[in-house]
Amino acid sequence: MGQTLAEKILSRKAGREVRAGELVVVEVDQVMVVDSIAGSFFKRLEYLEATPRYPERVSIVIDHVAPAANLEVAKAQKEIREWGRRHGIRVFDVGRGVCHQVLVEEGLAQPGWVVVGSDSHSTTYGAVGAFGTGMGATDIALAAASGRTWLRVPESVKVVFRGQLPPGVTAKDAALEMVRRLTAEGATYMAVEIHLQDGAEAFSRGERMTLANLTVEAGAKAGLVVPSGEVLELYRVPDWLYPDPDATYVQEVEIDLTRLTPRVSVPFFVDNVHEVAEVKGKRVDQVFIGTCTNGRIEDLRAAAEVLKGRKVAPGVRLLVIPASSEVLEEAARDGTLLTLLEAGATIGTPGCGPCMGRHMGVLAPGEVCVSTSNRNFRGRMGAPDAEIYLVSPRVAAASAVAGYLTTPEELEETHA
Amino acid sequence: MPRVWKFGDQINTDDILPGKYAPFMVGEDRFPTFAFAHLRPEFAKEVRPGDILVFGRNAGLGSSREYAPEALKRLGVRAVIAKSYARIFFRNLVNLGIVPFEAEEVVDALADGDEVELDLERGVLVRGAERFQLRPPPPFLLEALREGSLLDYYKKHGRFPGE
Ligand code: SF4
Repeated sequence: MGQTLAEKILSRKAGREVRAGELVVVEVDQVMVVDSIAGSFFKRLEYLEATPRYPERVSIVIDHVAPAANLEVAKAQKEIREWGRRHGIRVFDVGRGVCHQVLVEEGLAQPGWVVVGSDSHSTTYGAVGAFGTGMGATDIALAAASGRTWLRVPESVKVVFRGQLPPGVTAKDAALEMVRRLTAEGATYMAVEIHLQDGAEAFSRGERMTLANLTVEAGAKAGLVVPSGEVLELYRVPDWLYPDPDATYVQEVEIDLTRLTPRVSVPFFVDNVHEVAEVKGKRVDQVFIGTCTNGRIEDLRAAAEVLKGRKVAPGVRLLVIPASSEVLEEAARDGTLLTLLEAGATIGTPGCGPCMGRHMGVLAPGEVCVSTSNRNFRGRMGAPDAEIYLVSPRVAAASAVAGYLTTPEELEETHA
Repeated sequence: MPRVWKFGDQINTDDILPGKYAPFMVGEDRFPTFAFAHLRPEFAKEVRPGDILVFGRNAGLGSSREYAPEALKRLGVRAVIAKSYARIFFRNLVNLGIVPFEAEEVVDALADGDEVELDLERGVLVRGAERFQLRPPPPFLLEALREGSLLDYYKKHGRFPGE
């Protein structure tokens, strides 16, 4: 019987053929630690009286609250730097960017690898064919100490994206549609195996990251995009890294991209996905373009295209936070940054920004934020009654100009 | 005799331990006293070592904060029975040494306040004259739990169970 992509990777790592449901202990190729749990991570290692077994396989990223917002955070970050130096561990400091973007840029997620991260969106590494998964502090510490981790080999859900996107529709819309179809717990414990077909292979690495990133919002353990297109050009993809045609899936979902329209996820659940047309006109206080979901150069360019020659509506704040220093540099080089600034955008330090409501762009009671991020839970970005609408960078940019939720196409019509 | 504390579906880790009572906010010693502070303020005071927590579907969803199950462990909880679990919470339970049983019918049969006895290793739950068989934990987990938790197991043996 054939194997899924998740079974292929974990079999390879376990050194024997494994199937969904089995518990395995496997080698970990990269352990990613974020600033906010680094303290617990150090404490667990101390308890184990251990240090990282393979220092080169551990990375710490200071991104969730960067630069430090207060004294406590500043002290915690100081400890990270010192600990990193002491143990020869790579630390990506303030301004380098969001953990998932940084790891991919640095080549610290490779096809066929197992990458564990102390952040739930570690599924993002599936974009390049790595088994990426999020875990708690003890798991992460054990993985660093032993170089291994335990996993239950997941069942898989197969999601097939077919065809090419119509103009004005993006990978974010496709990802939101996927979450709607799977629901918030539809893939719990499972791997979502994404197949791009009939033109969808053209999705860039960044677009694949958006898809893999959002699989966790359906509860997924991993979101694996079957390598094709740009990923085959950018990486050496091992020839065993494909699912067998007769692999077994719990569920199969097909999404026809040619008929997709712009989507929005409405508070307070990510799987509460509608057409933008249904929610159009919602007043907006803040627009946030950034995060591990949509803070890449193509996202900033898409926003700039909409914002060119236009201004952010009075009373609206537009925050743009590039996902990494590389993205920021590229945006500076190609003029994207100037376009954003001319439109009235505020640019923040590459990192998570206000995504989880700790600093830089926290929402006041009753405020509405249109965001390119991935979670709209109650209170996620500040006040419990503040609302977050999740959209693509194009829709976010158009909404900033209009002052209410809308698409660039609608904007053209009203201003024509 | 241990008692059952029964909760509903979709109990998230914010319900189990609200973020503002995280260890670094209220101190390592005090944070367990805020378990279920919003949902059931009497819980932390009245729970006794050995008591059993019962959840509905998707138990422990949301934030990966390990200090939520850690608070339960510090209060003496050794077993949880749920209809289903969110996966990071499930892992955190195992790593900390709390046995996560999954049994839909048993959850339906149990009521809050029931007095029960649970044989962790065999998965046998007794309430009065009734006897429920839970699927015992897989050997990997049992081996770890015999040392206290997976963390303790690794500390002692320098490897994972079964390696
Ligand atoms: S950008 Fe948001 S979702 Fe992504 S890692 Fe940072 S806080 Fe998490």
